[in-house]
Amino acid sequence: MAEELEAERHDVREDGRRPPRAVVGSHRIEEEMFGRAFDGKVIRRIRVFVAPYRAKLALAVAAVLLFTATQLVIPLIIRYAIDNGMAGGVADQGPLTLAVIAFAIAILFNFAASLVQETVVGRVAENVLFDIRRAMFSHLQRVSLSFMDKTEVGRLMSRLQGDVNSMQEFLETSVISVGDVVLLFGIVAAMLYLDVRLGLLTLAVLPVLFLVRIVWLPRARAAFMAAHESNSVANGALAEAIHGVRAVQSMDRQDVNFALFDDKASANLRAHLTAAKYAQVMVPIVDTLTGIAMAIVVVVGGSMVLGGGLDVGVMVAFLFYIQRFFDPIRSLTMQYSVMQRAMASGQRLIAVLDVEVAVKDKPDALTLPADMDGSVEFRNVTFGYDPKHPVLKNVSFTVRPGETVAVVGPTGSGKSSAMALVHRFYDVQDGAVLVGGHDVRDLTQQSLGEEIAMVLQEPFLFTGTVRENIRYNKADATDDAIEEAARAVGAHDFIMALPQGYDTELGERGGSLSLGQRQLLSFARALVADAKILVLDEATASIDSYTERQIQKALATVLEGRTGLVIAHRLATIRGADRIMVLREGELIESGNHEELMRAEGLYASLYTLNFSSFDDIPEGHFATSQSDGAGSRS
Amino acid sequence: MTTNYAASAAALSRSRAHVKAAGLGAGASTIWRITRLALRHPFKVGIALGSTVVAAILQLSIPQLLGMAVDQTQTILAADNAAGVAEAALLTTALILLAVSIGRGLFTMTQNYFAEAVGHHTGYELRLACYEKIQRLSFSFHDAVHSGDLITVVMLDLEGVRMFFSTGLVRLVLLTMLIGIGAYLLLSTDMVLGLTALSFVPFVAWRSPLTHLRLRATWLDLQEKLGILTKVMEENLGGIRVVRAFAAQAFEMTKFDKASRAALALAHDRVGIRVRNTSAMTLSFFISMGLVLWIGGGKVLADEITVGTLASFLTFMTILQMPVRQLGMLVNAFARASTCGTRIFTLLDIDPAVKDGPDAKELAVGDGTLRFDDVSFAYPANPELGVIRNVNFEARRGQTIGIVGPPGSGKSTIAHLIPRFYDVTGGRITLDGQDVRDVSLQSLRRAVAVVQQDSFLFTTSIENNIAYGDPWAHNPRIERASEFAQLHNYVLGLPQGYGTVVGERGVSLSGGQRQRMSIARTLMLKPAVMVFDDSTAAIDAGTEQRIRSAMTEFAKDRVTIIIAHRLSSLMHADEILFLENGEVVERGTHTELIESGGRYKALYDLQFRDEDQNDGGAA
Repeated sequence: MAEELEAERHDVREDGRRPPRAVVGSHRIEEEMFGRAFDGKVIRRIRVFVAPYRAKLALAVAAVLLFTATQLVIPLIIRYAIDNGMAGGVADQGPLTLAVIAFAIAILFNFAASLVQETVVGRVAENVLFDIRRAMFSHLQRVSLSFMDKTEVGRLMSRLQGDVNSMQEFLETSVISVGDVVLLFGIVAAMLYLDVRLGLLTLAVLPVLFLVRIVWLPRARAAFMAAHESNSVANGALAEAIHGVRAVQSMDRQDVNFALFDDKASANLRAHLTAAKYAQVMVPIVDTLTGIAMAIVVVVGGSMVLGGGLDVGVMVAFLFYIQRFFDPIRSLTMQYSVMQRAMASGQRLIAVLDVEVAVKDKPDALTLPADMDGSVEFRNVTFGYDPKHPVLKNVSFTVRPGETVAVVGPTGSGKSSAMALVHRFYDVQDGAVLVGGHDVRDLTQQSLGEEIAMVLQEPFLFTGTVRENIRYNKADATDDAIEEAARAVGAHDFIMALPQGYDTELGERGGSLSLGQRQLLSFARALVADAKILVLDEATASIDSYTERQIQKALATVLEGRTGLVIAHRLATIRGADRIMVLREGELIESGNHEELMRAEGLYASLYTLNFSSFDDIPEGHFATSQSDGAGSRS
Repeated sequence: MTTNYAASAAALSRSRAHVKAAGLGAGASTIWRITRLALRHPFKVGIALGSTVVAAILQLSIPQLLGMAVDQTQTILAADNAAGVAEAALLTTALILLAVSIGRGLFTMTQNYFAEAVGHHTGYELRLACYEKIQRLSFSFHDAVHSGDLITVVMLDLEGVRMFFSTGLVRLVLLTMLIGIGAYLLLSTDMVLGLTALSFVPFVAWRSPLTHLRLRATWLDLQEKLGILTKVMEENLGGIRVVRAFAAQAFEMTKFDKASRAALALAHDRVGIRVRNTSAMTLSFFISMGLVLWIGGGKVLADEITVGTLASFLTFMTILQMPVRQLGMLVNAFARASTCGTRIFTLLDIDPAVKDGPDAKELAVGDGTLRFDDVSFAYPANPELGVIRNVNFEARRGQTIGIVGPPGSGKSTIAHLIPRFYDVTGGRITLDGQDVRDVSLQSLRRAVAVVQQDSFLFTTSIENNIAYGDPWAHNPRIERASEFAQLHNYVLGLPQGYGTVVGERGVSLSGGQRQRMSIARTLMLKPAVMVFDDSTAAIDAGTEQRIRSAMTEFAKDRVTIIIAHRLSSLMHADEILFLENGEVVERGTHTELIESGGRYKALYDLQFRDEDQNDGGAA
């Protein structure tokens, strides 16, 4: 089967050479860009965000209407001046003066209305954008971690940025659409009012334009989207070349890659040229229709003027209106796309806002007292991300105040899940987790968080100075306390060697520091948090022996006087613990200190004697045989 | 060879300071260079500009025709002529009007299409040039320049340059034609009325570019503010476990609100700037129009001009309004093209620090003997600080050299110097007697393969990743390399086997698996020198042992260099160099080094003491 696919994929080309087994860039699966033009559910949800600005929006709509009215009235004023003041041999200063005064008033209203309309709409749209983003961001702070685990950060960011922006665009254009619709109907009405017959004749070109655009739009949009997509394909390949440049150069792939990239860049060029054709083909069509409309006014309108059936000013006004009336149609059809895009984005925004908040404070949740004893107890805990497949099965244990417990076991044994439950990142399905004698579900998450410090396997630092990172959200930690913590974990020396010491700005995610140094900073951060309980997931990545020694010392310091739960990988850490708990497939199978467990000759002893540097990276085969092989192979 | 890329890095970044510092003179030469790029498509440029001129003339003749039509109804009416003649005249005008409109449409279409086509072709060429340049620029460049900056250059800046032909040059011609001819027509028809009609032009022509420049400046500010907001959100979501672990949600919301408010305030300001100016410009236009109505009306009353002339003046004004407002966009297009172009050209003009010499020969691999003769190296950014100093060693085919030492002792530098990722600053490296700087880069890099510390995987199938350096390889070879690297069984266990997509958007692999993949793809290259740059750190000792024994055969006819901090990885080497502060302080076989009781011995004790103690304890 695999061979067949292979043969198919690597067909021999005409020149007898196989194409290379190579691609540049990866094709991103684009999200649905357009939804239905109108989705009641989306509108209802978005309305909540618009509601606070209702009064302002009403004002904006009023301003839009006034603005449109002034635009409509100007040709009428000109017509009045011509017909009553100057045409057909009449020469009267009165109507002209009147017209100029009316004109002055109209443009003042126009000015005021446009100022109000655009300012209010622009600002409200910005506000709504920021409000929606805040609501989503704040919601993401509370949703269950299993959702966050499943979802890529990039995907969430595109919700928080791209999708929110298209809602803003939608809001702005929908107010302006009101103006367009009014302008369109206004022009039609004005023309019919001035002269029904000429009006109807001239307006006959409108349906033609509508029809043309309806035929054109889906095709043009397909071309625009193809161009858009080919952009992201080409850019993706470029980004890959930048990120992977060292690998590319060391494997000398430049020539092959350049040829492959050329294919993508040419496809991009072709797609854009096609899109440009679609975009431009509308220009002569609209101009032809405008020309027809003007010709009609000149021939028919002109004859009517000649026959005395029409004032010449009306003819001039018609010519003015014709110049304008294709604009609203163009922008309305554009707004149709904006709406469709907004609906698709709206659905994705709602999906984020509707993610369930699984872990909530009870209405009468207690504050965990700061003087609690620091004990941790698991009482018959059963837990699974998917209730059908529990990762912890009926686990019970107690950690006494001040005790350090090392949790070991192969990958997938449930160690990390157990630690996450202490902090109530998830709720148990059965049984209970107790901290300081209280069921964690009865406590406020805030107070629980304050009493449990965590050090994660991957040290995560934030943009900001070293000091800010160690302090993190412990706002009342003094600079002295921070320095003391850094000294305690052995980070002080390297911090002082940085250009600005504690005030050195760290690069993105602490990128300017080595892994070991980031590790030490995250220890210091946990120390400053000054919690009774420390949950620590030891790093698996191998660190050089020198830093390793420092980290071991820091670990001992941090655990002093605290209850410690450590997911341990290193032998030194495991042997240093007061007690070792061995988990396998969600069950606690062994517990005791190193000597006891070695004597028991169980899983721990057999893993230990295999001499793996870490208990996590044990090949599957070894693990299965290790139990039958038994212990003592190294003695 | 000491190229300092710090200046290029600053030029390629989007820091506001740098954008501001770029002077006008540099801008003009950049604009000229972009124009020359466009002129490489003379046929298309010619059609675009020719159509622009014709379209502008046709556009301007429309008000004339309309005025003529109005007058035809008036003069004929006044003369009380035979209706047939008048209608015939109107019909002629209408047909001309229709023809002119269609012509204007067709020429505008041609103008726009060809202008865009020139832009897209230029963009295509620039994109290829950037791609090639990025692929060829040496490691020291990529060390100095933030990859995010580079990505913005090739995406956003390239767009800015690409758009310049249509939004800048063609529009400049169009606007000059429209405003110039329009002004001439108006003024030649009636000087006073013409001046009145044009009175809004200076105001708008001054205001619009000013506004656009201010909007551009605040736009850059806003991007910076939004960049901070993005960072806050991204870090929060990426580090959500830390946030939750420290119960820092409230703290994070404060951070978010601070960044968000700053950006929102600026966004509001920008709305204000934009609206005040567009409104003011519209008002000035309407005031001129009102004046034309007033003065022109008076002139009609005084019989100085006809109603048709007045109508054509008013129509002229509506036609002129757009191009005058667009002066701002024009200025903006020039400003954008000059900053974007400066960055693109900075990138394209950078010379790779490491490149083929003028008479580079193909490397001839014979015995495959690698020699370091007194090799020293310092980074260009810091030439005083020698990263390695006077390193000497020789390795023959089949031999293994181990390199060990504390962090920062220069171990990886040795790995990077052999395939010329950087050039030595002293001494020389030879392969079979040929200085690596005298042979072509391509032949050198085919002969020297480095398994890097951080193994970048491409987002494609596992087989494509393994065959990255030899895309024409057959399946059995790929599988054999994968077996050597102890990866084969794992891959077979995946649902799509070797077709499984890995990398950024594929199945995520553990650190050890990534390193094994990286080893497999290096084995595909069949190099004469193979360097492991701390590339087994995440692989457990047992698996590493199996990789090593699988490779014994492979290592027989090549030089192997192993850089590691885990001594078990390199204890078997024929010679071990202990590096400290860039100098070889101890050298010899494992046994010799243990016996001599120096730093190597101390490190050995540090790493193995644990287990020795334990052996005693457990017994």
